[in-house]
Amino acid sequence: MNEMLDITLIQLISAYLFIVILLIIVRLRKIPREKEIVISTFRMTIQLVLVGYVLTYIFENEQWYYSVIILIIMETFAIYNIFKRSKHPLNRELKKIIAVSMVAGTLFAFLYFDFVVVQFSPWYDPRYFIPIAGMLIGNSMTGITLGVSSLMEGFSSRKKEVEAALMLGATPNKASQKLVNHAFDSAILPTINNMVGMGIVFLPGMMTGVILSGASPLSAIKYQIAIMLGITGSVALSVILFLYFGYKTFFNKSAQLNI
Amino acid sequence: MFLLKDIHYKDILHIPYLEIKSGEITCLFGESGSGKSTLLRMLNNMITPDKGEIRYQNQSISEYIPMELRQEVVMLGQEPIVFDGTVRDNLLKGLEFSGKPEVDDSSLLALMNELKLHKKLDEDASKLSGGEKQRVAFGRVLLMGAKVYLLDEPTSALDEETENSIMDFVTTEIKKKKKTAIMVTHSKYVAKEYSDTIIYMNEIATTPNNKVGTGHE
Repeated sequence: MNEMLDITLIQLISAYLFIVILLIIVRLRKIPREKEIVISTFRMTIQLVLVGYVLTYIFENEQWYYSVIILIIMETFAIYNIFKRSKHPLNRELKKIIAVSMVAGTLFAFLYFDFVVVQFSPWYDPRYFIPIAGMLIGNSMTGITLGVSSLMEGFSSRKKEVEAALMLGATPNKASQKLVNHAFDSAILPTINNMVGMGIVFLPGMMTGVILSGASPLSAIKYQIAIMLGITGSVALSVILFLYFGYKTFFNKSAQLNI
Repeated sequence: MFLLKDIHYKDILHIPYLEIKSGEITCLFGESGSGKSTLLRMLNNMITPDKGEIRYQNQSISEYIPMELRQEVVMLGQEPIVFDGTVRDNLLKGLEFSGKPEVDDSSLLALMNELKLHKKLDEDASKLSGGEKQRVAFGRVLLMGAKVYLLDEPTSALDEETENSIMDFVTTEIKKKKKTAIMVTHSKYVAKEYSDTIIYMNEIATTPNNKVGTGHE
């Protein structure tokens, strides 16, 4: 941390010039987005300042339960966010499956990361625990959100096809195989694409952070590779769990379509 | 073969009593909205009546494993559905779903010839016309070698000439192989010409304890 330049308050405020420029452009072009831009800038600032204070406190008072509480808050927020971002109404059962897959998938990947790959010491060290859990949870959240919308979309647009397959004596599994696979594909694709562009198109946030804090780029990329693999695992696992249990909610026990 | 007792389904259908005989071609005849398709879908457990019992071969339909029942009592839906892939893939889809062995190309071509479907097996099925899709879907169902065929307006997208020649072929096949067929149609001609028994939808709902379709007088 000692090699990192501190930004003074004045310098930080000068960065808001970008938003001012954006606001001017938007106003000149008469695009009705001023309110959203102001609100999101404001929210971003407030949220990060609060997080800064919370993290400072937690880093200074390392306790396992602080790390765990933060983890629970992140999971809860992520699950709530998936519900909110779904364009289709979700029934209770599907919500339950989303929550369970999210927690199980991210937690498994995270514990493996914590105890096997990086081996945080202590295991709850908030400097590692919180940002890494955040990245796994955030990416799984995006993955499941995409999976949910693709699955719901598939069942409504290909309903007739699924039904025709059932009429021919197909099991619900076989009848929906195509759209389940498609949902998996669209959920996992952004993560795969992310790996392809890594290092060339952009330096990811985590690596930027590690480099800024004074570590050598080589040790930064080791973290980045590990975290990319962890993210892929976490997304894949939670999406698979969601789809495996999720498609079944569209059928009743007589193998009839529920929708 | 089928015995329906005191069936209620929403506001659409009420059947006090109905028997459908084995080895016959039975037509369900009635105007749209009279519950023909609904009745057909109940027979292979695609929907469950709110009340009442349906027996197939002396056993309640709910006691069968749905997939096994549907492979034995196979249904051709009203809208012809083609799956992604070639004409061959589509014809073989039913066998694939039910885990039965595939049939060779020459049998497929012979069947297509009977269905007046002059297309290549490798052709992309999504490029077919409505009438061609309907015949592919029909062929797919016929290949499954089921005991009972539930056919929901199987020739609705076809011209009269093709309709007649296909119905001639299908009914002869069904008779020859001693199968049962239950067919929904709104064509009086098809109903009269090709069926052994006609069930008039407006009669079964209003006459209690009738035995239309049983053949007994």
